[in-house]
Amino acid sequence: MLELQSVSTYYGNIQALKEISLTIEKGEIITLIGANGAGKSTTLMSISGVVPPRDGDVIFQGESIMGMDAAEVVAQGICQVPEGRRIFPHLTVQENLDMGALLRSDREGIRTDLNYVFSLFPILAERRGQAGGTLSGGEQQMLAISRAIMARPKLLLLDEPSLGLAPLIVQQIFEIIKQINQENGTTIFLVEQNANQALKVAHRGYVMENGRITLADSAANLLSNQEVKNAYLGV
Amino acid sequence: MDFDYFLRLFFSGLTRGSIYALLALGYTMVYGIIKLINFAHGEIYMIGAFTALIMATVFSFTGMPTLAILVLSSLVALIYSSAYGFTIEKLAYKPLRKAPRLSVLISAIGMSLFLQNYVLLAQTSNFLPYPSLLPQVPVPRFLQGIINSQQIIIFTTTAVVMVLLTLLIKFTRMGKSMRATSQDRVMATLVGINVNKVISWTFLIGSFTAALGGILISSFTGQINFYVGFIAGIKAFVAAVLGGIGSIPGAVLGSLVLGMTESFAAGYLSSVYEDVFAFIILVLILIFKPSGLLGRPETQKV
Ligand SMILES: Nc1ncnc2c1ncn2[C@@H]1O[C@H](COP(=O)(O)OP(=O)(O)OP(=O)(O)O)[C@@H](O)[C@H]1O
Ligand SMILES: [Mg+2]
Repeated sequence: MLELQSVSTYYGNIQALKEISLTIEKGEIITLIGANGAGKSTTLMSISGVVPPRDGDVIFQGESIMGMDAAEVVAQGICQVPEGRRIFPHLTVQENLDMGALLRSDREGIRTDLNYVFSLFPILAERRGQAGGTLSGGEQQMLAISRAIMARPKLLLLDEPSLGLAPLIVQQIFEIIKQINQENGTTIFLVEQNANQALKVAHRGYVMENGRITLADSAANLLSNQEVKNAYLGV
Repeated sequence: MDFDYFLRLFFSGLTRGSIYALLALGYTMVYGIIKLINFAHGEIYMIGAFTALIMATVFSFTGMPTLAILVLSSLVALIYSSAYGFTIEKLAYKPLRKAPRLSVLISAIGMSLFLQNYVLLAQTSNFLPYPSLLPQVPVPRFLQGIINSQQIIIFTTTAVVMVLLTLLIKFTRMGKSMRATSQDRVMATLVGINVNKVISWTFLIGSFTAALGGILISSFTGQINFYVGFIAGIKAFVAAVLGGIGSIPGAVLGSLVLGMTESFAAGYLSSVYEDVFAFIILVLILIFKPSGLLGRPETQKV
C-alpha cells in the first residue's frame, strides 16, 4: 500500500533520513522503533509532505505522492497523528473532530464515525463543548486519534501515541489501535519508543538508527532478537 | 448642556472606534494567521475610499439618485480593494513565506510606501473634497447636536459587519479553518486545510472591511488625500495591539477604547495633541500588558 524507496530527507544541510526503504501492506500494523533523534518523526513528516524528501520516491497505492503538499496527501487518504498530539487548543472537542472530517462531505458517514469515536472514547462525548487545550494529556491523545479517524484514512500514521501517558492509558491506547485495525481494516504505521508494547500489537517492525533502517523483521522475531532486546526492550 | 457635550464626545468616540475596528480587524486577522503586521493595510482603506470617490464622480454624471450612487460606487470600491489586498499578498508576502519574518515586514513597509506614492502621483497631495454619500436625514429632536444620521449609519454598518464576521468565523468551514490555521499551521495542513486559500480569504475579508471603513469615514469627514490610510492604519494597529493582536473581539474592544479616549481627551483636554493619545496608550500597553486586553500570552511553538 505504501512504499518508501531510498528516501533521503534533509533539514538544511543536515541529512536526517539516509536512503530509507520500507513497505507497508494493506491491513497491516507496522511499527518503526528507534532512539531519540533516530529520524522516526522525520519519516512520518516525509510521508505526509510536511518535510518533503529530497531524493527517493514515496509510492502510495501504486502512485508516487512525492512533491504533493500536506493537504493533498491527506486527500489521498493518509492521516497523521503527530508527535505531541497537536490538538487545536482553542477549538472545542467537537470542532477538533470536525476539522478531522474537513475534506469529507458524506454527512451520514461523518455522523456514523462520530458515534464510533464516541463509543471508543466516551469521555470525549462528555467533553464535546470544552476547549481542546483544557483536556488532560491522555484525553488529548484520544482526541488526536479520533480526529484522524474522522478523516476515515486508508493509512493512519501514529507518532509516539504513548508518550507521557500513564501505564493504564497506554494500555487502552494500544488496545484501541488494534481495534481500529481489526474493525475498520485501517492500515497503521506506528512510530514508538515503547518498543515492547508496539511490537506486541504490530505484525512487522523496522528498527531505525541515525537516519537508517538497520533491521526489518516480523514483530515476533524482533521481540526475541538479542540486539533489539538490549537496545530497546530494556532486558 | 454639559451632559449633551459628554454625549456628543461619546458618539464621536464611537464613530472613530467603529472605523478603527473595521481597519483593526484586518491587522489582527492577518497577524493571527501569518504573524505579519501588514503595513500596507492602511493603504487599502485609502484606496477603497479613493475608488469610491472616483466611481461616485463617474456615476453622478448619470443622474441617478444619491443612494444608488452610494451603493454602486461602494460595491465597486469594495470589490476592487479586496482584489488589491489579495494581490498584495500574492506579490509581496507569499514568495517570502519561508523567509525570516523581518524580510516580510520590510516587504510590507515597501508595499505601503509604494501604494502611497502611487496614489500621491495620481491624485496629488492636496486634500480633495469627498462627497457626502451617506444620507443626511434629521434625527429626533432630543438627539440633535449630539449625533447625526451619518454617525448612526456608521455604527450600525460596523455592528452588522461584526456580527456577520463572528458568524463566519464561528460556524463556517472557512472560519473554522482560519481558527485552526492560526492555532497550529502544520497541524492545519495535516487535516487537509489548504493554507494558501485560508490566507487569501483572510486578506480578502480584511481588505473588504478596511475599504468599507475608508468609504464611511471619508464621506463623513468630507475630505481625503493619499496619507489618510497611513494615519488611520497606525491608529488601528495600536487598537489591535491594545485589544490583543490576533484576537478579533480584542480588536473591536481596543478600537472602541482608543476611539473614546481620543474623543474625550480631545474634548476635555486639548485637541492639539489628539494624535498623541494613541501612542501614549501603545506605550502603556506594551509596558503593562503586552498581550493586550483580550490577547492570549504568546506560546512559542517549537
Ligand atoms: N526542524 C528541524 N530542524 C533541524 N533538524 C531537525 C529538525 N527536526 C528534527 N531534526 C533533526 O533530525 C534528526 C531526526 O529527528 P526526528 O525528530 O525525526 O527524530 P525522532 O526519531 O522522531 O526522535 P524522538 O524519538 O525524540 O521523537 C535529529 O537529529 C533532529 O535533531
Ligand atoms: Mg519524534
